[in-house]
Amino acid sequence: MSQPFRTEKGGRIERAEQLTFTFDGEEMHGHKGDTLASALLANGVHLVGRSFKYHRPRGILTAGSEEPNALVGIYRNGDQTPNMRATQVELYQGLEATSQNRFPSLGFDIGAVNDRLSMFFPAGFYYKTFMWPKSFWDKVYEPVIRSAAGLGKPPKNPDHDFYGNMYAHCDVLVAGSGPAGLAAALAAAETGAKVILCDEQAEFGGSLLSEVNASVDGKSPTEWTGEAIAKLDAMDNVTLLTRTTAFGYFAHNYVALVERVTEHLSSPDPKLPRERLWQVRAKEVVIASGAIERPMVFPENDRPGILLAEAGRTYLNRYGVKVGHKVVVATACDTAWQAAFDLADHGVEVAAIVDMRETPPESLLSIAKARGIRVEAGCVVTGTLGRKRVKSALIGRLMTSGKVASGGQIDCDALLMSGGWTPTVSLYSQSRGKVVWNADMGAYVPGKSVQKERSTGGAKGLYGLQATLEDGYAAGEEAAKAAIGKSAKITHAASSGGEAGEGGTLGALPHDRNAAKVKAFVDYQNDVTAKDVKLAVREGMQSIEHIKRYTTTGMATDQGRLSNMNALQIASGALEKPVTDVGLTTFRQPYTPTTFGVFAGVARGDFFDPVRKTPSHDWVVKHGGVFEDVGQWKRTWYFPKNGEDMHAAVARECKTVRDNVGLFDASTLGKIEVVGPDAAEFLERMYTNPWKKLAPGRCRYGLLLNDAGFITDDGVIGRLAEDRFHVTTTTGGAPNVFATMEDYLQTEWPDLDVWITSTTEQYAVAAVQGPKAREVIAPFIEGIDLSNEAFPHMSVKEATFCGVPCRLFRISFTGELGFEINVSRQHGKMMWETLAKEIEKHNGTTYGTETMHVLRAEKGYIIVGQDTDGTVTPQDAGMTWAIGKKKLDFVGKRGLDRPDLVAENRKQFVGLFTKDPQVKLEEGAQVTSAENPSTGTPAEGHVTSSYFSPALGRNIALAIVKNGHALDGKTLYVPMPDGSIPVEITGPVFYDKQGARINV
Amino acid sequence: MLLVYCPHCDVERAETEFSCRGQAHIARPSDPSQTSDEDWVNYLYVRANTKGVYAERWRHIHGCGRFFNAVRDTVSDKFLKFYKAGESMPDLEALAKEAGK
Amino acid sequence: MKRYSFLELAKNAFSAHQNWGRQWRSPEPKAEYDVVIVGAGGHGLATAYYLAKQHGIRNVAVIEKGWLGGGNTGRNTTIVRSNYLWEESAALYNHAIGLWQGLSQDLNYNVMYSSRGVMMLAHTVHDVQVAQRHIHANRLAGVQNEWLTPEQAREYCPPLNISKNIRYPVMGAALQRVGGTARHDAVAWGYARGADDLGVDIIQNCAVTGIKRGQDGAVEGVETSKGFIKAKKIGVVAAGHTSTVMDMAGVRMPLESYPLQALVSEPVKPAFPCVVMSNTIHAYISQSDKGELVIGAGTDQFISYSQTGGIHITNHTIDAICELFPHFRRMRMLRNWGGIVDVTPDRSPILSKTPVPGLYVNCGWGTGGFKATPGSGHVFAHTIAKDEPHRINAPFTIDRFRTGRLIDEAAAAAVAH
Repeated sequence: MSQPFRTEKGGRIERAEQLTFTFDGEEMHGHKGDTLASALLANGVHLVGRSFKYHRPRGILTAGSEEPNALVGIYRNGDQTPNMRATQVELYQGLEATSQNRFPSLGFDIGAVNDRLSMFFPAGFYYKTFMWPKSFWDKVYEPVIRSAAGLGKPPKNPDHDFYGNMYAHCDVLVAGSGPAGLAAALAAAETGAKVILCDEQAEFGGSLLSEVNASVDGKSPTEWTGEAIAKLDAMDNVTLLTRTTAFGYFAHNYVALVERVTEHLSSPDPKLPRERLWQVRAKEVVIASGAIERPMVFPENDRPGILLAEAGRTYLNRYGVKVGHKVVVATACDTAWQAAFDLADHGVEVAAIVDMRETPPESLLSIAKARGIRVEAGCVVTGTLGRKRVKSALIGRLMTSGKVASGGQIDCDALLMSGGWTPTVSLYSQSRGKVVWNADMGAYVPGKSVQKERSTGGAKGLYGLQATLEDGYAAGEEAAKAAIGKSAKITHAASSGGEAGEGGTLGALPHDRNAAKVKAFVDYQNDVTAKDVKLAVREGMQSIEHIKRYTTTGMATDQGRLSNMNALQIASGALEKPVTDVGLTTFRQPYTPTTFGVFAGVARGDFFDPVRKTPSHDWVVKHGGVFEDVGQWKRTWYFPKNGEDMHAAVARECKTVRDNVGLFDASTLGKIEVVGPDAAEFLERMYTNPWKKLAPGRCRYGLLLNDAGFITDDGVIGRLAEDRFHVTTTTGGAPNVFATMEDYLQTEWPDLDVWITSTTEQYAVAAVQGPKAREVIAPFIEGIDLSNEAFPHMSVKEATFCGVPCRLFRISFTGELGFEINVSRQHGKMMWETLAKEIEKHNGTTYGTETMHVLRAEKGYIIVGQDTDGTVTPQDAGMTWAIGKKKLDFVGKRGLDRPDLVAENRKQFVGLFTKDPQVKLEEGAQVTSAENPSTGTPAEGHVTSSYFSPALGRNIALAIVKNGHALDGKTLYVPMPDGSIPVEITGPVFYDKQGARINV
Repeated sequence: MLLVYCPHCDVERAETEFSCRGQAHIARPSDPSQTSDEDWVNYLYVRANTKGVYAERWRHIHGCGRFFNAVRDTVSDKFLKFYKAGESMPDLEALAKEAGK
Repeated sequence: MKRYSFLELAKNAFSAHQNWGRQWRSPEPKAEYDVVIVGAGGHGLATAYYLAKQHGIRNVAVIEKGWLGGGNTGRNTTIVRSNYLWEESAALYNHAIGLWQGLSQDLNYNVMYSSRGVMMLAHTVHDVQVAQRHIHANRLAGVQNEWLTPEQAREYCPPLNISKNIRYPVMGAALQRVGGTARHDAVAWGYARGADDLGVDIIQNCAVTGIKRGQDGAVEGVETSKGFIKAKKIGVVAAGHTSTVMDMAGVRMPLESYPLQALVSEPVKPAFPCVVMSNTIHAYISQSDKGELVIGAGTDQFISYSQTGGIHITNHTIDAICELFPHFRRMRMLRNWGGIVDVTPDRSPILSKTPVPGLYVNCGWGTGGFKATPGSGHVFAHTIAKDEPHRINAPFTIDRFRTGRLIDEAAAAAVAH
């Protein structure tokens, strides 16, 4: 029950509410308001993980999202999430966490041998070895490297949770709710702007939540924060989002946020999403992301128990946790002193403050003296001892010579360090702004705004409570003015205390140790040391991008927020170039690692892509039809009866259509209404065929090319009146045909008086095909004499079907007498069910796409996209008959005259018979002239379609073959893995070559 | 996700309402039969692909359905001007200069 | 050049790695070169390497505006495969595969070419037809590629969801076992080190601002931010910036440059054994040696040189990844970035002489140039050295767009009825 490192009082945790959790199976206790990290520290646990490469014991370093070490696996309800930052995981009753990257246990990790052998593993070592023997890379080296690499274990099961999605517009988005962000939000909101304020933490307030030595408007910072939030919360124009990270800044002020909705709850409402993506279009953005403290790069700066100073202060003041009982504070700046003082005030023994500066400010020295704290000025930490927790710090005195003299050893159980502060410019950088170097601060700060944003407070290198508040108000006022053009008199809060400090250091610190033996870490998570950075430079890596990629510094999950500045300084020293000449890597979205599920949102299963269903869909489901996906459509593939397989079902369907009649749902075909005085002229220009002389009431097959001269689509077009055409397209091609028509019409031929309208969704289409087709539809059609004489093949007329208006086409894609009935979509179900019942009386069948394909192949009708592939011309397809010879121009005509399109030896559309009629060719199989071609022989062509033809009682195929039209009767080969198949070239029309059956 | 202005609808909408159709002001030769292969390939495929200020075609595909043109800086992705299809090409250099100010 | 080996590594360990030499120099440009390559990406560096190694042309400079390997070479998803449809493409990419297999040894630099297998999923009947056509064509061309049933596909890649209940169920897959991944930076660095060792000057942070042509129209040299550099021949290998560079010589290109995005997850222990691609639902995924899931997203619809893209593009890709691999929904994106890909009308590259004497261009690799790096450099070096294309790149001319002799890899995915 005891939490030995918990303070007596203070902090924002709810001491009355005790929570139980486990870490690596061990039960521990914490309080509501704790993070996993603060609860572990309260229990005296610093060792929480192992490092990436050397498997060194690692502890909690920070109190924020930049945490590189304390990455744990979280288990709940069978779901496992790797690499969660313990510093961000809120404690809840029953939380189950495990350490990562260790085997068999955190305490005893075999991988730690890497640390012993580390002299052989400098930066980039893997580029220099593992090359012999050659075959070992795939089989031996790589698998070993892979299993050693990686952090947590990947999730084992499909995620049980779901994720939400929100879109929002606002005048001012404020990212970050420390003093600057809070002031900005207050100013913008009070001016009347629509404001969204978000913060990645569980509570608003940022650094205000751990500030105990200041006051705002005479109140404690936390009290003032609470009142400010309550005020914002009461305003209708403000949206407050905690646990919400602004992670991506995209073009045109589009900002993506992720809200963690349920992860902190012990038993969340199952109706709530786990996380929610907010996509916000903000008129103005205020970046108030603050600054983070920089680690100091000294040997063994990575032992458990070593934390950033401000983190130590946050754990103390916000969470009521002492990071140790005896603490050394190492620093180069003022702010860390406050951590020492706060700890001392809570009865923690501060063993020493070790400040690199020869003369720290007198004001600090006097406070230290008053508390009896030993101060070692002009000193650095040159190393630490202790394997699983720091035991003592080695102290060195900085000499004027630049050398370091040993200054003894100080025992401790925790060490706080501060190398100064680094503004968090990630969002600014993502907005594509260019950071500029501020030599005084030793930091990169935001430069000119590229988008409509402004950084405020720590994010631009401005520190000190009063200055930050003021800057925040100004930013909020400016943003509101820019967004809504209004200003208002805003009352600014006045604060005292929380002054900005001086000082700071960059890069590796001097020491008196054996440089070859010690490791001073720059990038903790990736185990990159100062030596590694220097080695990269020695090997010729000059750009910071090369150094980053070679050493992997800055490529860890914090994207280098902790490490970049130190790495840059070390590189700058090694290159003997100013920092500004070394370059800076770009920060990328996401600001912190963001769950894939958030991006996927609700797009799963049927919501992955819209499902388009035809009016027969439910009937087909009921009658056991099998569907295939064609684009977004569900089309009926075939209708198995009595346990038939596909082959049997299709054979039966084909035979029934040819013998009697079949019903097919053709609703998916694209339909475009082309209307206007120039409708015929427009089609004349779009399609290869002539249209002007087509009489109303008649149809014609239309072939569409692109301007390069290749076939892109086809379909039957009916002329309903002088100025009205009903155009059909392929199912998949419909959107493109429509877009292409609009493009030519609007931008090339705006003079044409034509309207085009997509009507694909407006009509349901039933195709009734077969010798008995007329008898099937006759009872329901009124207004048309259906006789062959009055309504011959390729006719179209408006009539009624069961009393509802229809467009009746007499057309055929099967070679049989055929009709296609178009009724308004709402009557589609009625039409289908009526006809389905009727065909039964005529021993007919419903059929699907597969039968449609077989029947059309028997007739040699092409399917664009299957028998053509974007490289086929009308001549290749044997369709010169479809080209209006007298036309001066149509889309594709000029393209057809190009040298290669008129060249010899083009591949042409033909039929194929396998010599053995029982042998079915595979679609896509290659056609060659040699029976057993040697490898690398160019193919003569390939099989585009292949089916068993019930009408012919044998297998048939379609192909495109070089010079195919001249090869009729010749034998070619289709080489397969188990032997070559001889085939005979034939014409593509296999059945009823005279076309007698469609004209009955 | 760009924010695009449709000059026909007089609204700004998210990019996903629109379809971008490449470089603007490339007219289909008026008499293709008299056009050389070189000029035809220029019409079909050759594009300025400018790094900088570029006039391109957009269609408000999920709105009014109409085509319009936009001038955009292809480095910053900022739009500098929107105008209806059929209007003449603005002075791109002047727009670039204006944007640079 | 000091050879790399385990022994060398061990030896250096005892001198605290203080004695490693530079992998490449940072020379100032000379006044004149036999060949200037514009662009120090993988393809440009490989070209320089093979010019020096195979053709004995060592007075070569590679001029780079930024840092070497900083463009698409260092931004791609590192997929290597050669199972392209057309004989011309298959020959080119398979030539590259041949070189990949011995590249680490040839360069004495471990490029970590890992033939983990590339599996391309089929989700529709049409996809199956297209995949089968590829397999048959590849077999004839001597390119390894085979068909897997959904069950076999899952056996090869256990995280794959082959449930019939997803929106586009997996109907099978084409597997190229020799396909895989390689370490992109190492390819650039290995070629840079190799070329440098043979005398090639790699000049970084040097922007080409003009191409000078003589009275006869032939190239005379390049204007750069470091002054004029005379050159007998110039090879432009500038990927997304090719239009801009070629424009300096007055050559207009059939190219458009689009933003292409990619992303990685946080690193995890081995979770994914191969490369999986789905053209139909736009997902490309593998796992790096470091443990990150490496995922390729799509291009934006407009040209751009911003090296960023829209979030809706990324969303769409992750939708697909989470459909196919529902385990990964709880994984997290670590970094998302963009490159600039130069796309030709037929989605095949241009590796060609140009109308300008002495000017050569290697571009148009679109979203898939990394896999071709060694082969591309090899045949492009030949083209420059001999002033005529290698047999393998002969079909990849600029002129094909005029004549209509396209190598249309996009057409192969045409949509059916």
